[in-house]
Amino acid sequence: MDPECARLLPALCAVLADPRQPVADDTCLEKLLDWFKAVTEAGSSLLLLQEHPCLVELLFHVLKPQDLSSRILSFALRLAGIFAAQENCFQFLQQGELLPGLFGEPGPLGAAAWAAPSVRSGWIQGLHSLAQHPSALRFLADSGAVDTIFSLQGDPSLFVASAAGQLLVRVLDLALRGPAEGRVCPQAWDWPACARKVVCHLEDCLRSEATPRVTQALHVLTTTFGHCRGLWTQGLWARLSPLVARLLEKDPVPAPHALVDLLLGVARSPVLSSDPGLWETAAQALSRLSPTQAGPLAAGILKLQDCPQALRIQAFSILLQPLAHVLEATAQAPGTPRLLEGAAGDLMAVDTFPPSRSACVGLLCSALAHLELLQPLPQRPSPWPQAPLLAAVVTILRFCNGSAAPSSEAGGRLCAMLVGCVRVQRAALDFLGVLSQGLGPQELVTQVFAILLEYLVSPDSSPTVLKKAFQATLRWLLSSATPPGCCDLEPYAQLVLGELLAVLQKRLCSPCWEVRDSGLEFLTQMTRHWGGQGSFRQALLGSEVPELTRQLLQDPESYVRASAVAAVGQLSSWGLLTAPSSPEHPAVPQTPLEELLLVLTTDSEGFPRRAVMRVFTEWLRDGYADVAEDPEQSVAPVLRAASRDLDWEVRVQGLELALVFLEQLLGPRGPSTAAPPGALTQALQALCRVQLFEFAFRSLFDCDRPVAQKSCDLLLFLKAKATPSGSQQEVGDGPNVASVEAALRRWQAGEQGQPLGELAPEAVLAVLRSMDLEALRDTLAESSDHVERSPQSLLQDMLATVGVLGDNEADCY
Amino acid sequence: LKLYRKRHPTLPCNVLKFKSTTIMLDCGLDMTSTLNFLPLPLVQSPRLSNLPGWSLKDGNAFLDKELKECSGHVFVDSVPEFCLPETELIDLSTVDVILISNYHCMMALPYITEHTGFMGTVYATEPTVQIGRLLMEELVNFIERVPKAQSASLWKNKDIQRRCYTMQEVNSLVGYSQKIELFGAVQVTPLSSGYALGSSNWIIQSHYEKVSYVSGSSLLTTHPQPMDQASLKNSDVLILTGLTQIPTANPDSMVGEFCSNLALTVRNGGNVLVPCYPSGVIYDLLECLYQYIDSAGLSSIPFYFISPVANSSLEFSQIFAEWLCHNKQTKVYLPEPPFPHAELIQTNKLKHYPSIHGDFSNDFRQPCVVFTGHPSLRFGDVVHFMELWGKSSLNTVIFTEPDFSYLEALAPYQPLAMKCIYCPIDTRLNFIQVSKLLKEVQPLHVVCPEQYTQPPPAQSHRMDLMVDCQPPAMSYRRAEVLALPFKRRYEKIEIMPELADSLVPMEIKPGISLATVSAVLHTKDNKHVLQPPPRPAQPTGGKKRKRASDDIPDCKVLKPLLSGSIPVDQFVQTLEKHGFSDIKVEDTAKGHIVLLQEAETLIQIEEDSTHIICDDDEVLRVRLRDLVLKFLQKF
Repeated sequence: MDPECARLLPALCAVLADPRQPVADDTCLEKLLDWFKAVTEAGSSLLLLQEHPCLVELLFHVLKPQDLSSRILSFALRLAGIFAAQENCFQFLQQGELLPGLFGEPGPLGAAAWAAPSVRSGWIQGLHSLAQHPSALRFLADSGAVDTIFSLQGDPSLFVASAAGQLLVRVLDLALRGPAEGRVCPQAWDWPACARKVVCHLEDCLRSEATPRVTQALHVLTTTFGHCRGLWTQGLWARLSPLVARLLEKDPVPAPHALVDLLLGVARSPVLSSDPGLWETAAQALSRLSPTQAGPLAAGILKLQDCPQALRIQAFSILLQPLAHVLEATAQAPGTPRLLEGAAGDLMAVDTFPPSRSACVGLLCSALAHLELLQPLPQRPSPWPQAPLLAAVVTILRFCNGSAAPSSEAGGRLCAMLVGCVRVQRAALDFLGVLSQGLGPQELVTQVFAILLEYLVSPDSSPTVLKKAFQATLRWLLSSATPPGCCDLEPYAQLVLGELLAVLQKRLCSPCWEVRDSGLEFLTQMTRHWGGQGSFRQALLGSEVPELTRQLLQDPESYVRASAVAAVGQLSSWGLLTAPSSPEHPAVPQTPLEELLLVLTTDSEGFPRRAVMRVFTEWLRDGYADVAEDPEQSVAPVLRAASRDLDWEVRVQGLELALVFLEQLLGPRGPSTAAPPGALTQALQALCRVQLFEFAFRSLFDCDRPVAQKSCDLLLFLKAKATPSGSQQEVGDGPNVASVEAALRRWQAGEQGQPLGELAPEAVLAVLRSMDLEALRDTLAESSDHVERSPQSLLQDMLATVGVLGDNEADCY
Repeated sequence: LKLYRKRHPTLPCNVLKFKSTTIMLDCGLDMTSTLNFLPLPLVQSPRLSNLPGWSLKDGNAFLDKELKECSGHVFVDSVPEFCLPETELIDLSTVDVILISNYHCMMALPYITEHTGFMGTVYATEPTVQIGRLLMEELVNFIERVPKAQSASLWKNKDIQRRCYTMQEVNSLVGYSQKIELFGAVQVTPLSSGYALGSSNWIIQSHYEKVSYVSGSSLLTTHPQPMDQASLKNSDVLILTGLTQIPTANPDSMVGEFCSNLALTVRNGGNVLVPCYPSGVIYDLLECLYQYIDSAGLSSIPFYFISPVANSSLEFSQIFAEWLCHNKQTKVYLPEPPFPHAELIQTNKLKHYPSIHGDFSNDFRQPCVVFTGHPSLRFGDVVHFMELWGKSSLNTVIFTEPDFSYLEALAPYQPLAMKCIYCPIDTRLNFIQVSKLLKEVQPLHVVCPEQYTQPPPAQSHRMDLMVDCQPPAMSYRRAEVLALPFKRRYEKIEIMPELADSLVPMEIKPGISLATVSAVLHTKDNKHVLQPPPRPAQPTGGKKRKRASDDIPDCKVLKPLLSGSIPVDQFVQTLEKHGFSDIKVEDTAKGHIVLLQEAETLIQIEEDSTHIICDDDEVLRVRLRDLVLKFLQKF
């Protein structure tokens, strides 16, 4: 602890102990605890207490009957726990009877303060910190704290109840880790009394008829097996697993979600997953739980790296069942793919769908979401039923838009439940997009595109559904390139393209801005992939889409304008944007470059301007013809506009553009050597002409840190290119340099007014050399509150708020 | 209580017989028959006049003057005619009142009021009447301004269709929640239905029965006052008509579709034609466009609204503030016009004209958007625009009114190059909303047209597209008489205060008191009143003048009424106390027989009667009677 903190500590303790002095807020106390924790972790707690008796006094003070606030009481309990985590300090506090006073019957346990949840929570957290050594275990057993923890498991405050459960896990770990260390499978009779007590409690809970008690026990066990990897967990599981299995025999199964969590926790534990009984229990759970409850378990099992094949098959069939049911519910010609064959398929005779709409929708959505997550995993079930899954998703989407023809009464009910359901539509479209990773029979692919087009065309598709439909369509278009990886569209996709563009045309005119936005995003993506491809270019140029896109640069919604900027950028980089048809108005910008520059200089919102900067950067990087013709001429106005922009992201992107420009002049970034002197001079002259340095130097002192950092990076890059190691170039300190440095100092002091004026490359280099950019970078890398975050500052602030430091001079901002 | 079903469900015309009153519910005019006629062009159309005549397969051409063929469809070349309401099912002169629920459902009114001997009253709200009148005026104007030389008659074998009517009168205006007494028998009340300006549902109730008539209602937030659902609660019967005609089309989506297609066409330099009625959805469309045109960069595009009643319709909408939704009502207090089309007119973005002749031809600028009637495309200015713009694929016709099949409407214009977009905007209740409404309102019985109780024929799997309620709705078909599923059991009778004062109720069971009353039942205007009986006439001393009280029936002095039951055991004990012996009791199916063998007398005690049978011994009978009466209460 530094001397200044040590000096302030007694005053602070006095403030904390004084009920008349209100403490600023809980966050101060939390920070204080963090600090004490850091201090005790770095050194001896006992020493700390001995050097600062005010701390012990504070703890003793809390014991006195008085009107202390619950937050101070809670703080003291937690603080005592932190100190007592070290066994010698624990002994020290124990000698003073401090710990029984705080955590035992005479303490807040029996007092009125116990009614405050924060006090109960502090009590638990104090014990949690304290439970680190054998002495603590004895203390817990002797003080009767364990019984209190049991009762706190059912506390009305969820935080308290949850912390109580975690404390039990800690107690178990502490009790069993020590004696059983190293043994293969410790037996119950070896366990300390404290552990036996906890385990008996858990057994009682598991046998209980009251579901909340069962849930509590399952939560404790889940945390135990999830966090503790000791061999003793094997013994515990062996003892408790029969009780868990017995829960599955009850009807209905109590606490199904907690049970699933426990089984998955055990299955993931490297110590326990070798137990064959576990897989039997899991199989039993899969068959006993309702499809909705079993879904997460099945998905969890399928994600495991190593588990019996039979169980995987069973789990997969659980996830497939709702989809199989959907397939069965529609008129299927014989020979169409079935999702579940054999015994699992026969199960489908039973109506697996819950009768209520919300439950049915929930089941379908969760099945779709689980399958979506499984699809890309290497351990996904094999063979993966790609074709029937495709058929099922298409059918679900048809049910949702009312175009599916159900073949049974159950199908009719399903149809009525799913019609117009946006949740299912979204889940199904997401899954359909993921399914594009696999192949499917041509007939099904045709159906996929047909249903996607239906959704894109339908006026009833909600904006979010439409967005997902666009995304799924793009994925399918990408996957249908022939051969895979080739950028040409296959003939069928080319046919779809015509219809897509017609839809897109209409969607770009939608009164709903979200729809216009997703339409533009889709267009940008499509152009990015197929902008160079003949049939796409032909179809696009034959439609109104490019012209509409250009018009959307004036959209009233800024997000749409931003997307339109991106789309215009992409279209024009492929030469797909025809010149506007108004040659009679010379004021109207003629080239996309001019159009985007106009957006950059006039748009009142940040998003479109940021988008413009991204487009310019991309154009410059990719050598877009209009820019590549004369990069300096193109970049100069953009940098000028960006340097004056009020949006810091635009300024950062302006510097990024400058960096790309620099790279093109001087070669790429990296540990490469310096640029040849001739090229360097030319480059510096060009940079001076585009007034990059004024922008970069000003940005160094930008009030937004990312701008300053970017600028620092840029100048460092330039410095590296300009001054190769070991060869200092001769540059004189002219008056120009002095004036630049003077300007920089003024800027650093916060004055922004003075322009630099014309700069000579030599002066720039001289300034660059004289500046300690590395140090500046390091300073910028530290967070802005690194000064204010020190413990000393914390103590001062806390004292200042209660006026102990005299003048209220806290620097609040 | 009977319901006579007359027309199709969205243009209802039902007759309800309830408590001796005959109430016609709505009087819609089915105009779909006009689709069989050739359009009436405002300007001579060589295409239409040169259409070939139609001849029978056997070459008989006797109809070729009347029937013309266009792209495989046959049309009547005559003044359009309409399907009349059924007149054979019921004598329309016996209809007491007609209740109108919205201005679309009163278009057949003149046929009833002018041709059937109808003498009753028509009730409707003021906006309904005013806008209904505008619709009728427009219809008559459309047809009368294009006089057709011929009126075809050979083509039809039965005169079920009539030519359009001339102008007429509608009477009796009402306000929402205003209670109207019909002959004292029933009370009718209009409630806001949320569908159109002044549109209403009706409650028809007596003291003990309540029938709700729900027709053309909407739960969406559009311009009219929101639907009053609460007042529909506790109905014995709820008659449900006028649901959306396009249950699969969501009005919001359709408005989006409308705007997108409109913008797309205009941006490409094409014109947009919107065939529509002069009132209703057009107000909402103009409001949407008001918000949309600036954002879509369409500010410079002119919007034209052409109708003989365009001006009146736009102005009426602004003055019926009390019939508008809350938001629009509050604007009036600012003060601002409730509808933004006032601003569109002010800024010259929206211009309205009575017809294409006159000013319009001077102002006409393309590309533009034209709203005009009639949605059937058979008459009105729309015919002209169809002829004018139909040849170019740049133009678009957007159908927003759901009343006509757009394919049939377009048939006489084929082949057609212009784009056709179908965005039916029907804000009336869909089946999901109906389910919610019925759950909320909980009527004992629901009665609705048969079409609503099964999925649409084209989508037989859509079980969600039908009325779903418990108990299942009773359905009726066209021209069917349906006995409504409840019987009237009570009638309210008032007691005059002085008569009530004289009553002395006796409590015969806890909570139930009885009193006898002797009075004169006076019935007038279906109201029943018990008045005190006239005093017994004083002897008038031989004067032979006819007394006034001769008209009043004689009031005999009534014997007291008896109640209670006779416990047989106690009765026998009483008989024994009074010296009767040799008593035998026999149980019968209905009660007991007490035999006094010695006196050769038989007392038959049953639930609702007691008989004493003895041989001419009046003294004994009276003694026994008095003993029996001791066990009974008298009042």
